[in-house]
Amino acid sequence: MADLPPPVQGPTAKEKKYDRQLRLWGATGQMALENSHILLINSGPGVVGLETLKNLVLPGIGHFTIQDSQVVDETDLGVNFFLEEQHLGGFRAEHACNLLKELNPDVQGSFITEPLESWLTQPDSLKPYTLILAIAPVRPELLTQLQAHADQALAPLFYVHSVGFYSHFSVYLPPAFPIVDTHPSPETTTDLRLLKPWPELLEYAQQKTKNHENMAADDHGHIPYIAVLLHYLEEWKKEHNGEAPQNYKDKTAFRDLVKQATRTDNPEGGEENFEEAVSAVLRSLNPPEPSSTVKEIFKAPECVLIRENSAPFWVIAHAIGLFYTKYGVLPVPGAVPDMKARSADYIQLQNVYKSKARKDFAEVLESVRFLERNANRSTQIEDKDVEAFCKNAAHIKLVRGRPFHVVPAEGDLKWGSNAKSLVFLAWDKFTATHSLDGLAGAPRPPGSSEAELEADTEKVTGIALKLASDLTKQASYPVDQDDLDTVNSQIMELAQEIVRAGGGELHSIGALTGGIVSQEVIKVITEQYVPVDNTCVFDGVRSKSSVFRV
Amino acid sequence: MAAADVTPLPNGLEGDRTRWKYLDKVLDRPGPFTDPDSFVPGNHETLERAKVLVIGAGGLGCEILKNLALSGFKDIHVIDMDTIDVSNLNRQFLFRAADVGKYKAEVAAAFVEKRVKGVKITPYCGKIQDKDEEYYKQFAIIVCGLDSIEARRWINSMLVGMVDGNDPDSLKPLIDGGTEGFKGQARVIFPTMTSCIECQLDMHAPRAAVPLCTLATIPRQPQHCIEWAHIIAWEEERKDITLDTDDPEHITWLFQKALKRAEEFNIPGVTYSMTQGVVKNIIPAIASTNAIVAASCCNEAFKLLTNANPFLGFPGTDNYMMYTGDESVYTYTFEHQKKDDCPVCGEEALARPLEIDPEATLQDFIDSLAERPEAQLKTPSIRTTDKSLYLQSPADLERLTRPNLEKRMKDLTAEGEEMLVTDKAFPTMFKYVVVWKK
Ligand SMILES: [Zn+2]
Repeated sequence: MADLPPPVQGPTAKEKKYDRQLRLWGATGQMALENSHILLINSGPGVVGLETLKNLVLPGIGHFTIQDSQVVDETDLGVNFFLEEQHLGGFRAEHACNLLKELNPDVQGSFITEPLESWLTQPDSLKPYTLILAIAPVRPELLTQLQAHADQALAPLFYVHSVGFYSHFSVYLPPAFPIVDTHPSPETTTDLRLLKPWPELLEYAQQKTKNHENMAADDHGHIPYIAVLLHYLEEWKKEHNGEAPQNYKDKTAFRDLVKQATRTDNPEGGEENFEEAVSAVLRSLNPPEPSSTVKEIFKAPECVLIRENSAPFWVIAHAIGLFYTKYGVLPVPGAVPDMKARSADYIQLQNVYKSKARKDFAEVLESVRFLERNANRSTQIEDKDVEAFCKNAAHIKLVRGRPFHVVPAEGDLKWGSNAKSLVFLAWDKFTATHSLDGLAGAPRPPGSSEAELEADTEKVTGIALKLASDLTKQASYPVDQDDLDTVNSQIMELAQEIVRAGGGELHSIGALTGGIVSQEVIKVITEQYVPVDNTCVFDGVRSKSSVFRV
Repeated sequence: MAAADVTPLPNGLEGDRTRWKYLDKVLDRPGPFTDPDSFVPGNHETLERAKVLVIGAGGLGCEILKNLALSGFKDIHVIDMDTIDVSNLNRQFLFRAADVGKYKAEVAAAFVEKRVKGVKITPYCGKIQDKDEEYYKQFAIIVCGLDSIEARRWINSMLVGMVDGNDPDSLKPLIDGGTEGFKGQARVIFPTMTSCIECQLDMHAPRAAVPLCTLATIPRQPQHCIEWAHIIAWEEERKDITLDTDDPEHITWLFQKALKRAEEFNIPGVTYSMTQGVVKNIIPAIASTNAIVAASCCNEAFKLLTNANPFLGFPGTDNYMMYTGDESVYTYTFEHQKKDDCPVCGEEALARPLEIDPEATLQDFIDSLAERPEAQLKTPSIRTTDKSLYLQSPADLERLTRPNLEKRMKDLTAEGEEMLVTDKAFPTMFKYVVVWKK
């Protein structure tokens, strides 16, 4: 062992426990989770809310609070995993909180058993929470209050239904919710700039392909494919008035040119590096133009005018926008895919890309500092945040959060916004206007008793069809009668299926939806990956989800 | 609050259905999508009597056991050979720090039995390969939450092999879930009737292995240095010690070896965590995705047994749901077609054409079988119609056939010849017809 470096510190206990998730969202994502305090406003059978929390307690959010004034009854025990027989008659919030806390000693849990109506009247009752999960049914006027809070405090709000085989959730995100670390799929991230090489890259290619006709077989078979492509691009340009291959036809012709240059007189009968070059042609010979999503971000009002209190995202985005205006490209991200090559040649190539990435980053950083001084900002944005932004500049995203609809539905629901969401709105409206024991009793979801099953189905169908027809009237363009018929018959079936459940949850659908909602919460809190914008329905009959914006 | 339709009896006794009020809504009432010919309103017995086997008591398995117990199943069996590790605790919610080291199947079964009264869960702490046809025959349905493709292929070929055309009871629906990070899939298989795990093998193509010569002579990535330490350095320097990827001293040794090699070649990025990831082939896993996939599997199991709604997997309909949560939420639900030339469930007589490089050695060819998406065989034995090219066992025959590994394929077989490949990991034979690669 004498020749080995000194022993290292193994992973900490926390790194061991969270190993499988740290590989996804890293230490910064984990820190964001640990600094969060999530409020669950639970109601109905209460499964989906607690299942969501389970999936958040396990990876280690900082703190959760359950507001729920219901008392544990026999039906809870047949559907809810976080309640036991000994809890019958006690508060659901208290006992579920205790059982959830067992899942992770690093997480704090609290509960509130005061009814939502009165609790919300206390000043600042919602202030401590990073994010709010509200489970249907919630009375429309209270939901409106929650939305007002989300709007003013910029705290994300989720509103979730789980009814029988269907579930539905909407999320109200802040009006500007930008994401840098979107985790794009690896196939989309390679950005080699073959059509806009800089002098050092060209020089590298020349050096590696010099005298390639006379190279020994083993040397020729180890020229990195990027050098191969750059070399033949220069050859091609000589024949084509200095232009690189422009269209599909050019590119396939260019591909043939590279293919023909492959040596086949060696023992392997071909060359792996040339194969890599050939297969990269269609993928890599595209102008490095930013997507329209990214260009729109540069034009966003928050990006155009940097103020003293602008979020760091906008300051960096503005600086990168300046870079783009000047050079017509985004900063080089700097990563190089693995390829057939000798170690030293590959490392050298990596360094060519890395130096360029560092140079671009330095220029962006300089603009950031200039903007900061100009806007009189008191704290500096960290270098590493600017660097991370430069690396992923082509994949940044901006979600424009907006309030979802609260019944009674009015205003501009978009036509075709989805029959499914209309049925959930109708379900809300029914539940808001019916109660179990007359005035001011607990809300009564449709289908809860056999005697009223048919009448309830008719009512919910009626409300949903009315919503649909109101929307048709508001539509700014004529709606096709066939489309209308399809949507109407869809509404009737969905209404019937949703009333069938009688306001009950199926554990599996609650658990499944709890899984989806918790993924979304993690994405929103870590500001990584891309969240739903802004409504999602899961159909457990067909096992399909749909996402749309309302 | 106790204003329920029925007076509650203590402990959810037999006959009292108060506890199952919500479940009974969909068991008692038909819906617009239920098939009136197969749905029997008020039928709770089918669920209660059905024996279900859950394979795996890990991230998916914990969720599956909970979901089945709260969906009205009463007789559940669970198989898992593993013991609890501290890195399981971020998602396997039936386990606590004090359970580390105990058998997963036992702890999970006891926990769910205690929490959900009236359900019986029978654990078996061992391998699925320990059990035979008689054992698998007793179940109505099998739900799989595994992280190993080998185990999936084994149970798949077992269930396909069990099907007896004269005995409808011999057909056991297989529901399988899998996850990786924010992605996952749930699928339902009716062995011999619909596309099986083997038919779908190319949906899970293996990561291309790095050639040995890259590891040995021209490493470029930190992973190459780690693989070098793992495959080459350990063999050279610690041959007498069996590598245990759960032993921190072993991982530390590999990490330091890899780090030193990386320094020699100026390769940045080797870390302890990466070493562990590469050596143990770690797949990122979170509670949320397990919850989605496991619940989807259980929803299908519930629909399949109760006919409360149409289920995935009915021949001619969708049988596969893919879920992606990286960018918004996206599901793709479709019918994966059965393959006529599937080596497990396809017509027996068919041999698949297989492109072989005539210049390649038998060893090269064997290595390539591990990487072919539709084969993925790691310990294959190979026969042609009249001779054995290479046999993994018994030892005598292995020694006898070993010299063939150096020979070129063109000297061992001929175009159009039939080649039989078996692998001791699977009770199946792969039939190929040799086609020379040009
Ligand atoms: Zn098959």
